[in-house]
This record gives sequence, structure tokens and C-alpha cells, in this order.
Amino acid sequence: MKVVFLGATKGMGRALARLMAERGDRLFLLGRDAGELERSARDLEVLGAKGTVGFAECDLLRRETFAGALEDADAALDGFDTAVVTAGLFASQDELEGDADLRDRVLVADFVNTIHFCEEARQRLLARGGGTLCVFSSVAGERGRKPVVLYGAAKAGLSRYLEGLDHKYRAQGLKTIAVKPGFVKTGMTAGLPVPPFAGEPEPVAKTVLRAIDAGRPEVYAPGIWRWVMLAIRSLPRAVMRAIKF
Amino acid sequence: MPQTVLEQPATQSAAGSAHLTKVHGWGCYPSVEAYELLSEDLERITEGAMLTRGLGRSYGDASLPPPGGHVVAGSRLADRILSFDSATGVLRAEAGLSLVELNRLFRPKGWFTPVSPGTQYVTLGGMVAADVHGKNHHASGTFGRHVSRLRMRVADGRILEVSGEDEPELFRATLGGMGLTGHILEVELEMKAVPSQWIYGESEPVPNLDVLVEKLVEAGKSWPYTVGWADCLGRGATMGRGSVIKGRWAEASEAPARAPATKGKVDVPVLLPDWFLNRLNIRAFNELKYRAQWGVRKGFLHPQSFFYPLDAILNWNRFYGARGFTQYQCVLPPSGGASYRKLFEILLKNGGTPFLVVVKDFGAEGRGMLSFPRPGLTFAIDMPIVAGETQALVDTLNEFVAGEGGRVYLAKDAFTRPEHYRAMDPRVDAWNEVRRSWDPDARLRSSQSVRLFGDEP
Repeated sequence: MKVVFLGATKGMGRALARLMAERGDRLFLLGRDAGELERSARDLEVLGAKGTVGFAECDLLRRETFAGALEDADAALDGFDTAVVTAGLFASQDELEGDADLRDRVLVADFVNTIHFCEEARQRLLARGGGTLCVFSSVAGERGRKPVVLYGAAKAGLSRYLEGLDHKYRAQGLKTIAVKPGFVKTGMTAGLPVPPFAGEPEPVAKTVLRAIDAGRPEVYAPGIWRWVMLAIRSLPRAVMRAIKF
Repeated sequence: MPQTVLEQPATQSAAGSAHLTKVHGWGCYPSVEAYELLSEDLERITEGAMLTRGLGRSYGDASLPPPGGHVVAGSRLADRILSFDSATGVLRAEAGLSLVELNRLFRPKGWFTPVSPGTQYVTLGGMVAADVHGKNHHASGTFGRHVSRLRMRVADGRILEVSGEDEPELFRATLGGMGLTGHILEVELEMKAVPSQWIYGESEPVPNLDVLVEKLVEAGKSWPYTVGWADCLGRGATMGRGSVIKGRWAEASEAPARAPATKGKVDVPVLLPDWFLNRLNIRAFNELKYRAQWGVRKGFLHPQSFFYPLDAILNWNRFYGARGFTQYQCVLPPSGGASYRKLFEILLKNGGTPFLVVVKDFGAEGRGMLSFPRPGLTFAIDMPIVAGETQALVDTLNEFVAGEGGRVYLAKDAFTRPEHYRAMDPRVDAWNEVRRSWDPDARLRSSQSVRLFGDEP
């Protein structure tokens, strides 16, 4: 595969990019910090990524960086066939309720601008007959829940967009894959109390890579979260109001 | 991202947020309350942290900040490989890279860690901080012998390149310095080229301690990897019976053609009750283990089985239950054998039936100012913690070891008294002088440094 990857320096993105590198995929990294991108690029090269791993600066909060970064990726990879987005912002419900600027950044990054980025990638992929667009949403978007009202709203919108995209463009060769991670122990969730069914980034990355290879439109990771969320989606409102979860 | 309601006080700083949790080492004793920061960005979270810890595999209190809710940086998410030269084997990586990952990635390419401790669930930073040794100490020295450069954050906040040429004193104080001379951010080391992915090993039973020591030292003359283990059932003429195990990397021409398969692992999901490991079943296990081997055994072994037999059981420390356990590991200078026998006698008299004793002969002392290995024989014994008894047993053993000119391994220790440590290891003053020249106020400290080196809690 020829993969352009937004978010490969940290967490689940790092684990997924490493799996791709180990099997010899070509990679081009996008992210905010050139120093971090450079370090991850060298890591992925040692692990086995094919050729040089290039990178370009791209910031989910700055929409104007998207087109140029994807242009660089296309040039370096001679046309990418897969785009992966694991980047996103997270903050707790308390923080988001108390800080309008933070709220704006999280909603814009996780919903509005992720969609703008996907649109840019989608157009490039469709222009050459399709490919794969794999985007990390979250189980937080599956049901309105007290601890993730705002973050979950952004991810719910993103999930619906990805679902629609797959319905509309699969026939034209664009496979859209919505990843819905449950609680995964990464730097992003460090410091949060760890709930039951928490996962580690490496097994999650394996699950996601299998889904990419199989072209599955929706993947829960760890897999148990499919059943956890099925149960939560079926809970009556009265119960959702009563519980903390 | 589901998130339960936060019940504990949080620390919030530029470096990140964390919640007050119980932190402990592999022996589950002691534990302290601390804020453990975890991030891929080790540079950021070490700013202002009192200590850095890796995978928490040291047994006692070496990886714990002093009690009282201090901040400790966790390195294990900082795990990128920054460069590898396939001509020389020189590798540079972030300090949180685990040995399990390093081996998994490099063994198929014909490279292996130059020195390996008995578990691969350790980080590069931890291997430097404890200056770990393995079955090849008699031939290859400690891990620190193969480390060429470090990137460190020192106590005043600066980030430095440290090596035998740049800041050589700090470099030597950091190898084996238990993370107290600065936060280790990156490690550069020389990997070892190996001819195949298999180990050729031999083991033979030995009837007592004298023969064990003799065969072990003899084996070291021709084998790169050697170790002995003794059970604690033998008494008198059979005291210290066990086996001597020898190994080397198989040549490509003789090794099995297939690559060693990935080994399955069994997990111990919960703490087992305290009575689970008791004197009866430990005796039974040792008796069976001794009887199961007759004659010399030879063959090709999975490197994982040879180097890390216990890694096949994840979380095996939970066998010991909530009481926790400790490991007593000391080194005794070479002797005619009398001091080794005496150590066993003290153990058998005061320690009941330890599981088994691992025995290894050490080569020359390395560069690390406070590194544990020195010429002689090292003995390592796991023991469950028994209130009132364990401290007394460690005291007795330490008094004996100090009298023999030996010392104990800080990476295992939770019970040694400061006066005993000082008596066993007079090098501590010179080391502390270097440490204090970089950190006059001892901003970097651990539960262990408070206990042993007189740091303020």
C-alpha cells in the first residue's frame, strides 16, 4: 500500500503505522510537529517501510494546510492509494464545558476539519479510480453519554459522515472505513481511570489493519466494544439519565 | 471515549495530567502513591518529574518516587527507534523501547541484544539504569559495556548528550545509577550479530554446590552463556544440587531451517491467595524438577525459552499473592567455596524453602560507578514477604555478605538497611559526589534513594 497518514506519531496511529512499515508498505506522514514527524519517519524506515518515509506539516486546526500536505504526499508516493486519519483532539467533558475556546478547537478538529481533510483526500482518490480512506472515530459517538457529551457529538457527526461516504462512493472504488475504538491505553487517555474492556494500541492496530485489508466499512477495536456498544445503544433513556457511564 | 467519573484528585501541569495511583515494582512490595505521567513525549513529562520509570520490573522500590504523591515520568510510550546501522549494529532508540520489541524486530534480521536480563519486559532506559547483566556476564560484561551514548535530562532541566567522551563522569555514574543522575531519554548501543535464530544448549545435573560452582566456572571458558540453578531441598552432601545450563547461538549450518515460532503465553489474571505458593508445593516442584532430568541434555532451543523461561507466564508475580515477594540477589567474591556454602546454610536455616536459587559467575567489573556485578559468584533467591521475618533474614544475609566483601543488587532490593549498604559498597560516596555535582539538592530521588542514600523524603 501507499499510505498517507495523519497522526502516525502517537498512540494508535503509531502502532498502526508500525504494522504497515513492518510489512513493507510505503508511508508518508502528516502532522503538526516536523521534529516528531522526522523521528517517526526514521523509526518506520528501520522497521521496514519501503523506501524513504517522507513527511509534511499538516494541522487539523489549520484547514489551509491540507491541500498542500496531500499534494506533497501524492508527489512523494506517486499517488497514494490509502489515507489514514488517527489524529484528533480529546478533552474531558468538564474541561469542554468550562472553556469555550477549547470546545471550539475540539469540535472543529474532530468534526469540521476532519471532514474537510477527508473531502480533500476523497477527491484525490476518486480521481484515480478509488482507494481506501480509514478514519478513527470513536465509540463515544454511538450514544449521548454524560462523560462525553461534546466529544461524543463531534465523533457522532464524523461517524455518520463516514457511513454516508461509504454508501455513496463504494461503487466507484472508494472504500471508507470508520474505526470505533473503545477505551485504549495511550498517551491520550493516560491519567484517566481505566474502565473494563480497555485495550492496548498494538492489538487494536492489528484489528484495524485487517479491516483495511478486508475493506470493512466499520470496525470496533478491541472487538468486544461492538457488543458493549450494542448493549449501551439499547438502554432506555431513563437508564442513561440515571447512570454515570 | 468512555470515561468514568473522576474520583481521585488530579495533578495538572504543563507536563500533563495524571491521577494519584498506587505504584509498585515487580515484587508488589512496597507500593507508594504517586502521579505517573505517561506520554510519547518523554522530554516533556520528565520536566519537573522526580524520577523516570520504565516497565516497573525492578523488584523493590528502585522505580518508585518517595512516598507522598510525587510525580514520576513513565517512559514506556517513548519507544521509537531513531537509527540503525546494519553495517555496525549501532542502534539508537528512545529510552522506553522494550527489550521484547527490540528482540522481536531484530532477531529475524540477525541481531540480538548484547546483554539480556532474565526477562524481556524491560526498557532500554531501565537496562542502563540498573546496568543489567545476563548469562554472558563472564564473557560480555554488563549492558553498559555496549552502550555508547545517552541523551539525558539532568536535574537542572538541561538536555545533554552523555558518553565516554562527553561528560564521562556523568556517563559512568548513570550506568547502574538507578535513574538518580538524570532522566534517560535516549540510548545508543551496539547490537550483537547472531548467526541464526536458535540457541544450542546443554544442561547437566550437578549433585551439590561445590560441583555446581566448579562446572559453572569451567563451562564459562568455552561457552558464551552459562547459568546454574540449585534447589533448596538438598542438605549436607547434596546441598545446592541442581543443574548447569550452557548455551551459544547455533551456527546457520546446524540450526533448524525454520524460524522459531512465536511463543504463546499464559497469563495470571488476578492475584492468587497468599497460601498458593507454600512450602509443600515448592518442595514438590523442586523434587520433580530435579528428578525429571537425568544425564546431559542437549538440543536447539527457542531463544525465548533459553533467555526468558518465566516470560512464558505473564504476571507470574501474582503467584505470590497480595503479600508480595522480594528477591535477594548478592555477589560474593571468589572463594574456595566455603562462603557459598555458608550462604546456603543461612538461607536453609532461616529462609525455609526458597523456590530455587539462580547462580551465575561474574567476570570483571564494568565502567558503571555503582554497577552491581564484580568478580565472584552471584546468587538470586525469590522469597515471599513474611511480616517480621523477611527483614530479619535480609539483615542476616547482608551482614554475612558484607563480611565477605560482597554486595547486593539495587534492582532487586527492598529491605537493605543504609548502614549495611554502605558497608557492602564503599563506592557509593564517589558516586554520590558525581550525582550531587549535577543535582546538589537531590531533586531526582526514589523511595530507594531515601531508604539507602539518605535523601530527604
